[in-house]
Amino acid sequence: MSYAIKVEGLGKRYMIKSGNTPRNTLLRDEIMSFVREFPRKKDTLKEFWALRDLGFEIAEGDKVGVIGKNGAGKSTLLKLLSRVVEPTTGEIRLRGRISSLLEVGTGFHPELSGRENIFLNGVILGMTRDEVRRKFDEIVNFAGVAAFLDTQVKHYSSGMYMRLAFSVAAHLDPEILVVDEVLAVGDAEFQKKCLGKMQDISAGGRTVIFVSHSMQTVTSLCNQCILLERGQVRKQGAPSEVILDYLGGDASQVGRVDFGHGKPVGDDRVQLTYGEVLDEAGAAVIEVDIRKPVSVRMGFRVLKNSGTRFIPNFHFIVPGGTYAFVTSPDVLNELAPGDYEAVCQIPGDFLNEGTYFVGLAVSSYDPGLTIHFFETSALTFNVRDSMEGSVGRHGYANVMPGVVRPRLPWAVTEKR
Amino acid sequence: MMRETVLSPKARQGIAYWLELWGARELLFFLAWRDVVVRYKQASLGIAWAILRPLLTTLVFTLVFGKVARLASPSGDIPYLLLVLSGMTPWLYFANTVNECGNSLISNSSLITKVYFPRLVVPISGVLANFVDLGITLVLLCAMLVWFGTGIGWHILLVPVILITLMMLSVGLGLWVAALNAKYRDVSFIMPFVITFGLYLSPIGFSSSAIPEQWRGLYGFNPIVGVVEGFRYTLFGDRYPFEPWTLGFSLLLAVVLIITGVTYFRSIEREIVDII
Repeated sequence: MSYAIKVEGLGKRYMIKSGNTPRNTLLRDEIMSFVREFPRKKDTLKEFWALRDLGFEIAEGDKVGVIGKNGAGKSTLLKLLSRVVEPTTGEIRLRGRISSLLEVGTGFHPELSGRENIFLNGVILGMTRDEVRRKFDEIVNFAGVAAFLDTQVKHYSSGMYMRLAFSVAAHLDPEILVVDEVLAVGDAEFQKKCLGKMQDISAGGRTVIFVSHSMQTVTSLCNQCILLERGQVRKQGAPSEVILDYLGGDASQVGRVDFGHGKPVGDDRVQLTYGEVLDEAGAAVIEVDIRKPVSVRMGFRVLKNSGTRFIPNFHFIVPGGTYAFVTSPDVLNELAPGDYEAVCQIPGDFLNEGTYFVGLAVSSYDPGLTIHFFETSALTFNVRDSMEGSVGRHGYANVMPGVVRPRLPWAVTEKR
Repeated sequence: MMRETVLSPKARQGIAYWLELWGARELLFFLAWRDVVVRYKQASLGIAWAILRPLLTTLVFTLVFGKVARLASPSGDIPYLLLVLSGMTPWLYFANTVNECGNSLISNSSLITKVYFPRLVVPISGVLANFVDLGITLVLLCAMLVWFGTGIGWHILLVPVILITLMMLSVGLGLWVAALNAKYRDVSFIMPFVITFGLYLSPIGFSSSAIPEQWRGLYGFNPIVGVVEGFRYTLFGDRYPFEPWTLGFSLLLAVVLIITGVTYFRSIEREIVDII
């Protein structure tokens, strides 16, 4: 397969003046220091490499998520790809037209009407005037602002403004699309629309690069993932693998999260202390075999006698935000102050392969619902399908759809 | 095979850059169009402002220099009002262009930090946008010429030479200011003073013939002198005293400013996003 993007030896260096002499931002100071320090002192500049010796290749049609901690170089890579900044070393080869969405509404002018802004923004983002004209109706319909086309956009509601801005961007039709997650702002409905549109774009065989903090979005949108660390590629591969590497990067956190330190999670009655994902043998893990059972355990502390019947509950969510299920124990007791553990075992041959996020919560119902704490996506683990003896395969090698893939009693008999 | 683009530290040099600039001509047009539309949408008087501004300044200058200071027109049959308006026309274009070019990078910084295009598009679009104003002022000037019935000769054919010199001078200086402005924040405070001084140091409200004989040679080194006096020469013909070398000097300086301006701008361009 031919590549759409090939990056070799890419580096971006920023020069930072060390000490307490900032760069001269006034012409006056520049002239004064030139006169005063003649012959000129050598500048004490410190180099900072935001990216260094970066290399990767992205095949045509891939949807690639770029993840990494703040400062790992994600934004710099994005800026380099979208050509806003120039590389210091190395090169990027791009096949086809590239468009980048670092922000919706770039170049929108409040004084201009919706119609005028569609043309202006379209041309700024790299369309020709004829292209904008051809797609004009589509853009207007997607945004749903047909009635306000000749109104100045300063009179638009923020929702209308965002919809129009995104609509122009979504109709760019490039071969390579670079998207920043800040794009996915606005209300939940609009986010869904954005993500849906991006799925459409990537379904059309376009190459998409998506920079995000949200592991869920990356796993649901992307088929490839690049993990950046300190300006270099730490890992590239299938999203679930790379995300596990990223989340498990800190060895002390494998399969277990402690809540004891820092701000307490909970209220004056009950607090969360830790959560962990355990395999059959009781060891904390981040990956389990699809055939084997997996347990989720949560530690919590009851602070006082309140006569409350606490309901520990676990929320299982798959990438994309879909709930797999919520579960809580059948029998509830009033708990005296002290430390408790709640554990729930999910049988083998029940979950589908893929990544699951677990929300930990304790609530109570007496008679109104009280949520004492709810840590969404506190834990994450991956279910691995080793392809041997797993449910429903029979040699089928593609992704099996579904949130769960339970082993169920079946009977196929000849009818008499 | 799809077109392959290579991004590297050396990629954006030489002919490739100018081809890219040519490819961005539609963007250039749209940015200029935006500037024009927005300017007249925001002004309460709209497009009338484009006529009122040169007209009112011209009237004030005619009163101050012609009536109060009692300076004379170099030739009896050139009305003083026409003398001032013919100076004001190129001057306003020059001042507005340098000003807008100079601020263009800062005022478009949100664009520059988010989308790539050859950065020269931004200051150049400011130059184009001002053509509309220049055109309106020229129409006003033509109307005045007809009104006063001074008549025109073959010299009018030299107008393009003057306008090209004027444009190059404005762009050259504008590019310098734009690049300096991105790098040094006090430039935007200095420029209004420089422009205001320039208005009084240049022969806008008066003719160069009002300058004492022994200083006139030196005065010619103000690059505006060649353009403004040259412009008047094309309108009034041989009735108007004009020293051709001053226009030659303006043209030479314009060429130097453009070449150095583009070079300096290009050198700033690669780091522009990092410093803006």
